[in-house]
Order: sequence, then C-alpha cells, then structure tokens
Amino acid sequence: MGMNVKLAPSRRLAGISAIGALALTLAACGGSTPEGDATTSGAEGTELSGSIAGSGASSQENAVNGWLAGFTEANPGVDASYDPTGSGTGREQFLNGTVLFAGSDAAMDSEELAAGVERCFGGEVIELPLYISPIAVIYNLPGVDAEHVNMTQQTIAGIFAGEITNWNDAAIAESNPDVELPDMPIIPVNRSDDSGTTENFTEYLSAVAPDVWTYEAAGTWPIEGTQSGAQTSGVLEVINGAEGTIGYADASRAGELGTVAVGVGEEFVPFSPEAAAQIIDVSPAAADATDLRLTIDLARDTTESGTYPIVLVSYSIACSVYETEEDAANVAAYLSYVASPEAQDRAAQPDVAGSAPISDDLRTRVQAALDQITVAG
Amino acid sequence: MAPAPPSERPVVRTGRVPGRLGNRVFSGISTGAGILILVILAAVAAFLLIRAIPAFQASREDFADIDFMLGRDLWGFVGPLVFGTVISSTIALLVAVPLSIGIALFISHYAPRKLAQGLGYLIDLLAAIPSVIFGLWGIQWLQPLVSPLFSWLSENLGFIPLFTDYQAPARNIMTAGLVLAIMILPIITATIREVFLQTPRLHEEASLALGATRWEMIRQAVLPFGRSGIISASMLGMGRALGETMAVLMVLSPGYLINFFLLQPGQHQSIAANIASHFPEASGLGVDVLIASGFILFLLTFGVNLVARWIINRRAEFSGAN
Amino acid sequence: MAVIAPPVPVRRTRRLPSWAPWAVLVGSLVLAALIQFLGEGPTISGVFFIGAIIFTIAITVTSRTVEGERLSKDRLATTLVTLAFLLALIPLVSLVWTVLSDGITRFGPSFLSTDMVGVFGNMVEGGAFHAIIGTLYVTGIASIISIPLGIFCAIYLVEYGKGRLAKAITVLVDVMTGIPSIVAGLFAFTLFLILFGPAYKAAIIGGIALAVLMTPVVVRSVEEMLRLVPNELREAAYALGVPKWLTIVKVVLRTAIAGITTGVMIAIARVIGETAPLLITVGIAQNVNWDAFDGRIATLPVYVYRQYAQGGPSADRAWAGALTLIIIVMLLNLVARLVSRYFSPEGAR
Repeated sequence: MGMNVKLAPSRRLAGISAIGALALTLAACGGSTPEGDATTSGAEGTELSGSIAGSGASSQENAVNGWLAGFTEANPGVDASYDPTGSGTGREQFLNGTVLFAGSDAAMDSEELAAGVERCFGGEVIELPLYISPIAVIYNLPGVDAEHVNMTQQTIAGIFAGEITNWNDAAIAESNPDVELPDMPIIPVNRSDDSGTTENFTEYLSAVAPDVWTYEAAGTWPIEGTQSGAQTSGVLEVINGAEGTIGYADASRAGELGTVAVGVGEEFVPFSPEAAAQIIDVSPAAADATDLRLTIDLARDTTESGTYPIVLVSYSIACSVYETEEDAANVAAYLSYVASPEAQDRAAQPDVAGSAPISDDLRTRVQAALDQITVAG
Repeated sequence: MAPAPPSERPVVRTGRVPGRLGNRVFSGISTGAGILILVILAAVAAFLLIRAIPAFQASREDFADIDFMLGRDLWGFVGPLVFGTVISSTIALLVAVPLSIGIALFISHYAPRKLAQGLGYLIDLLAAIPSVIFGLWGIQWLQPLVSPLFSWLSENLGFIPLFTDYQAPARNIMTAGLVLAIMILPIITATIREVFLQTPRLHEEASLALGATRWEMIRQAVLPFGRSGIISASMLGMGRALGETMAVLMVLSPGYLINFFLLQPGQHQSIAANIASHFPEASGLGVDVLIASGFILFLLTFGVNLVARWIINRRAEFSGAN
Repeated sequence: MAVIAPPVPVRRTRRLPSWAPWAVLVGSLVLAALIQFLGEGPTISGVFFIGAIIFTIAITVTSRTVEGERLSKDRLATTLVTLAFLLALIPLVSLVWTVLSDGITRFGPSFLSTDMVGVFGNMVEGGAFHAIIGTLYVTGIASIISIPLGIFCAIYLVEYGKGRLAKAITVLVDVMTGIPSIVAGLFAFTLFLILFGPAYKAAIIGGIALAVLMTPVVVRSVEEMLRLVPNELREAAYALGVPKWLTIVKVVLRTAIAGITTGVMIAIARVIGETAPLLITVGIAQNVNWDAFDGRIATLPVYVYRQYAQGGPSADRAWAGALTLIIIVMLLNLVARLVSRYFSPEGAR
C-alpha cells in the first residue's frame, strides 16, 4: 500500500522525463547504427544540446564532477555525465560505442588503437593528458613535528620493499639531520584494489630504484602480508589507524598527515601542483605519440630541480571523427572546457581534486588536437 | 481478499466437482512456481559457468597479464580465497550462533512482553542496515576496541601460531570474522526468534506444570522444537557471511595465503571481497577469472548447504500442522 | 533428556530472596573495578566484561549452595541468556547510534529532495533523491518478481508438493538462501551481458540480482508460516465443500497473513541494503533516472559507499544516506505491521 502511494507521483514525473530519456536513447543508438536517425535539434544555432556520456578512471572522478558542473553551467542544454567504472572498462565502453569519451590512467595499446579506428568511423583516437595528479607519500608520526620527512628514492623503495623496517634507520636519519625520528617499526600501507595510483607508484619505484624494488610496475601491489585498504579512503583509514604507518595516496586527500619530501637529484621536493606539473614538461613524448595522441613517457628518474616525480597522469580519450554533428560539437566543447585555465584551476583546488594544472604549451597542443574533431561523412 | 469468513457461505454445488478448473489452474501455477525456482538456480550456475569457462581453459601464460593474480594460475589464485572465505565465515558463525540463540531466547522467553516486541522490532531493522555501514562501523568502532585485546593475545599467547605477530591496526581475518558475526546476528536472531515464538504453548505449559524450571522447559520444549529453525537460520547467516562483500573489503588487509595466522594482516581474503575489489578495473580474461571465482563460491555455498541439509532432515520433525 | 526426572515441586526448595541477584551483581561490578585498579585503572568496558564473568560464577555458586542444582542451572541459563543479549546489544546500539548521530548532520528535506547533479568538491549541497528512487525501483522490481513467485512456490511445497520434485525444491530453496549476494550480482551481470550486450545498463539488472536473493527467503518464511496453519482448518473447509484452491486462498493464506507479511518484510529488509550486487550491475548515477529499463541508476547502498570513498563532506552524505535507508525500512515495517493487523483473524497472536 505504502509503496503504491509513494510511486504514484513518480509515474507522473516519468512522463515528463520521457522526452529526455528518448533523446538519450537516440543519442546512444546513434553511436552504433550507421544510418543514425539522430536528432536535428543540435543543428539550430550555436547553442549546444543533446547528451554526452563518458566513463572510465575513478581517479578523475572528483575533478570530472567539478568539470561537469562547470560545463553544464555554461551549456545548460547538454546532459553530460561521467561514470567512474575504472580505466579498463572505460576504454572498453569507449571502443564499443557505449560512451563518447573515456578517462583512462593508461594510454591505449596498439591493439586498442587499431580497434579505435573502426569505432571512430575511420578517424583516430585522441588521447589528452588533462588530469595530472601528484601522489603523496604520507605517514602517521604524531611525535615528529617536521613539516616533511626527507627520503631518497632508494629509501622509499627500501621501505615499501620491506627492507627498511624502523623509523630510526640510518638511511632515513641521514636525509633528516634535524629531525628526531622515533624508534618505531615502519608499517607500509598500500592499496588493496587495482588502481592507477598503485600502477604509477610502482612504476616510479621500479624506475628509480630497480635494484631495491625488483617488481614490475602493476596496478595491484605485488607484495603480500602487508597492511592495505580498498580505495584511497581505505588507505587513509589504515594510516590513521596506527602510528608508524606510511603509504601513498592522491595528494589532495593527505589532509593532516605528514608528507614525504622526495629525493630528486641532490634536493628533496615536497609535492605541490607546480612541481607535479613540471614533470610533464621535462618528460619526453611517448614513442608512438602523434598530434592527436599526446601521450607522455614520464621521466620518473628526472634530476631536474623542483620537479615532483610521483604523479598520476590520466588521459581523456575521444575520437577525431564522430557520427553526428551534435556528438562532435559536444565532445570538442567539453574537452576544450576541461583544458581551459578555468577548468584546470577548478580541479586544482585542494577541495576539488588537488590536481596540477596543465601548462599553456600543453594547452595549445590539446586545442590543436581538439580542433581536428569532425563529423563522419 | 474478501474479509468475509469462509464459514458464512458454504460453497455447495450440485452436479459436478466444485472448483475443478480453479484447482487445476491454481495447482498448475504453484507447481510452475516451484519448477521456476529450479530453473533460476540452474540458470545462475549456467550463466556463471559460461563466462567462467575461458578462465578454466586459460594457461598460466594467459594469466600473466592480469595484475591481480600476481603470476599465479587459477587454482593457486582461487584456493587461498576459498580458504579465507571459509575461515572468516567459520569465525563469524562460532561467535554469532550462540549469541543469537541467547538473544532470541531472551526476547521470546525472558524479556517482558512489551519490551520484547520493541526489541524484536529493533532486530528486524538491524537486519536491513547495509553492509557498507557495518564496514564503516567496523573501522571506526570495532578496530580500535579489539586492538588492545589482540596485542595482549599476541604478547602473552604468541607462542600459539594462531596469535603470533599481531600488527596494528586490527585489519586481520579475526576482525573481519567479528564484523561478519555482528552483521549476521540480526538475521539469525530474527529467524530463530520467530521459530521460538511458535513453540506450541501446550508443550511449554505441560513442561512447567510438571514442575520444570524455566531453563528445563526451554530445553524440553523450545529448543527441540526450534532446532531445525536454528540450523536453517544459521545457514542463512552463513550464506550471508560466505558471500559478504563490502564489510570484509573495508576492514581486512587482504592477502592470498593459506595459514592460520589469524591476527596478521595481509594473509587472507574472501572470494566476494576479492571480486568487488578487482571487478571495477578488470577487463577481458580478468573478468572471466573473477566470475570463475564467483562460480566456485557458488559451488562452495551450494555444497555447504547441501551437507547441512543431509545432516538434519528438517521435514521429518518440522511440522506445525497437527 | 529422554527421561524427565520425577518432578520435585519447586516451591518446597529454599530460594534466594529476590534482592540477592542484584546484590551479587553490585558486588561483582565492585570487585571487577577493584581488579582493574590493580592493573591500569578501570574502564567501562573492562568493568562490564570482568564483572559479567564474576557475576556468572558468583550467582551460580550461591544459588547452587542455597537452592540446589536444578535452580542454579536455571539461574546460570538466565544469566547467560541475558548476557548474550546485552553483549550483542552493545555493538548494535553503538551502530544505530553512530548512524543516527552522524546521519543527522546532513539529513533533512533538502537531502531527501535533491540529487547530486553539479555537486563537487567541498560543496555541502546535494542529496540522495536519485538514490532513493533507485532503491525503490530496484527493490520494487525484485519484490514484484519474488513475492508472487515465492508465495506460489511455498503453496506448492505445503499444499501440493509430494514426492521427489517437492523434496528437490525444498532442498534447493534452502541452498538458494545461501547464494552469496555477489554471486547473484555476477549472474545478473552475465545474463544481461550475454542477452543484451555490454552497453546495456538498467535498474532491471539490479532488480533481477536482488530477486534471486529474495525469492528463497520469501519461500522459506511463507512456507514455515503455512505449515503452522492447523490441518483442522483445512479439513473443516473441505468438509464444507470448499474447493482446495479457495481453501488455500481464503483459509490458509488468511490465517497465515500476518506471518507472511513479516516474512516478506524480512526478505525486503535483507535485500534493500545489498551493496555488492548493485555495485557491479547498476553502478552509480548523479541524477534521477525514471526509466527502469534504460540507463544507470543510483541506489542508496552504492550511494553510501561511493560517498564514503570520496571523503570530505561526502562522508556526511554517506551517513545521511544510511539513515535514510534505515528509515525507509522502518516505514515498510510499519506498513507491514498495519497490514498484518488489519488482515489477521481475531485471536491469532
């Protein structure tokens, strides 16, 4: 009885939203059927309309929520959404036409790129590094009042490989002459689920200290018997749960915890958006990068002064050719907005995503790539 | 449904057997429903199996690309998960069933009637609290509470392998088992209480009239009557514990080992939590492997329940009618 | 067990005065506090646990010396049962209290009536309207499928079932109650993946997953309730010439309606908070989706998990979402009670 009464108004509203749902269905169908009886409403004037759906990396979620809010504010006619399904699923859904764009912590491999040609109606896949997020190495040492504990690359690798087991170890003390470190066992903490954060962190460890960290870069932590937590919040719960813990997490979530200044060359660099953005500029383009695929080979072992090397780069993936005018216009508009200083600064706010804004140079190249988005036919 | 009692207007017809068509339709629908249940169960197995087959056929090299398998083959991956699932559920059942029987007895036979109704209501509500909340609560409330106890156990009884090398925070299989126990308490209690309340009053009164104390009455009348109910409630709880996902995912530091170090982190993981943890980022063969592990979890619960059924033939003694 | 000892009238034995257990209780708690003082100082939980152990021993020993073995056993049982209850009450009450106190900060009309469109960062706006709708949809779909199916299956088992088929169904229904929720989720996921391809996401997938979980619970509780209907009632109806199906509808079902409603409510309560199967089937959305057959939909449990995972002000929304879920269950329960009271024949308990 009670349920019926509750559902009654919903049925009325369902009628109102049916028009919107219809538009959504049409747009979704348009992606996969060649003749695509797409709506003509998008053609009128410069006002954007229709819907744009994306899915993929959950690392981008907070930033994308901010971007979607800003984009919808400027283009109220567009129904934009992002589904944080994970990078792999995002790429899969992009390639099979479920979504118009994807977010991914890893660039596509050659097989996926080949599949992308068909999905993009003969065009190419566009990959843009629009989300650059520093990963902080965080610790819980209430007794230590230094702003940062300094650690060399070897030390960080040693701690996470389980070779350095006490906070008063000579390797740590050497880098921190002014800090009194407690005699306390180190409890390394990692992510228990698959994540781009882990992948980037292990990639960093294996790049800078291959003789200490003998594992390959992977999305899942390779060592067993460790403390770990699911998702960033899980890692933070563990680190907050006991003294002497050390772990890695998205820098915007570090909060009150201490963060490690990472050894780069001769100096120690604490994380900051600027230092993290700099790694993009000192890193070379990936071997298969093009004007459309701005993929980067991160120089984890850089010695460039003031560069913070532990970052996660998450790509926005789109097509150079879309089936309908509407799709092409919406995707180009959305990604242009994401690359804009306004959107990048919004995501950079510590309470949004704490990411590092992209440089102007990168923005120019991103815009050049976006300008090539066209309609099939 | 018409509120008129059936006795007011007796249905008497002459000429043919009354309600023949109705009987046939009704029994047909009922039988169909019963068969449909079997079909659904078969479909669950079949569809999981379809997706799991590629994982069963794949070679170790194929698995090398899947990060979360850490270079193991399928059985090396699933074996420890089965172990972790069983051990966490066992801890949960060992803790929860005696407690549940106690609570159910308290509500059905000890508490004043007014209070009992309120308590029963509370327990019903608790059964609906999502497991995510139990996970959150386990992290915030239970972990700090049990941590001193665990470190005491580890320091004083550490020579027993069960208790060696506790490491704070308390994210081990023991904590996971305890959270599971609290989680399944309401559902077990609610079911057991319902059965206890149905104990024929005549049996109870007969026992008391013979001069039995309350406890003797419970042992003579309530517990025998409720035994099958207790077992099926435990099965229900066990089903939930075996397959519980979110709470384990949130309170346990997982690992893929087979051992009895109950207080060490990173040793065990349950199948369900493992699926939830890796499913979002999995693709291709990775999804197949996870579905294969889900299929094995299905077989596991199937087997456990089937064995439990054999142990007690519940139909023989559970007949309220007559 | 088999032979009951010839009863000794209880009244003739010596009994402890009614204040005695309370005195023993106070004494035990004081003793527990003293023991704690020798250690690190008393804590509430410490006094409770140690006091409980001392009390159990003390009351049993006292009763045994004064009242004899049978009554001391009774007292021991009473103590243990009450203790079990109190012990279980602590975590459960703390749980409810946490949900209430943390949930109330964000809970309110605006939380119930807004969705998460355009909410990001530290914004404290946003709510769970879309997730409430989603939960009602998904649970509603599951209920529409499993309540009739479950009731008819139970009717078959109790009223018609004979022979191997009925036995097999009984056993398999029991087995089915043990299906882990994530397995049901994987089943629905693969089912729709194979039938409709990877792009199809809709509330119905989650509904199917929950229906698989809910049906056996409905069958079991309805079955038990039907079995409790005395055969005399059925026979009386047959004797009056009422056809079997009408007897079932008007006599058996009506007599058991209160129990059936409660059983159905327990079944709904069991599935409404399921997170894992929904996490892998319907995912999450930011906005209200009125179409159960197309598009992702947010549900309260998944909403709670996602909000918790985001941290910051989202954690408040997570707790408020949990509170909402409990309130929904409470309302459903209330309705069920009213329904069962309305339909129950006079004199049933």
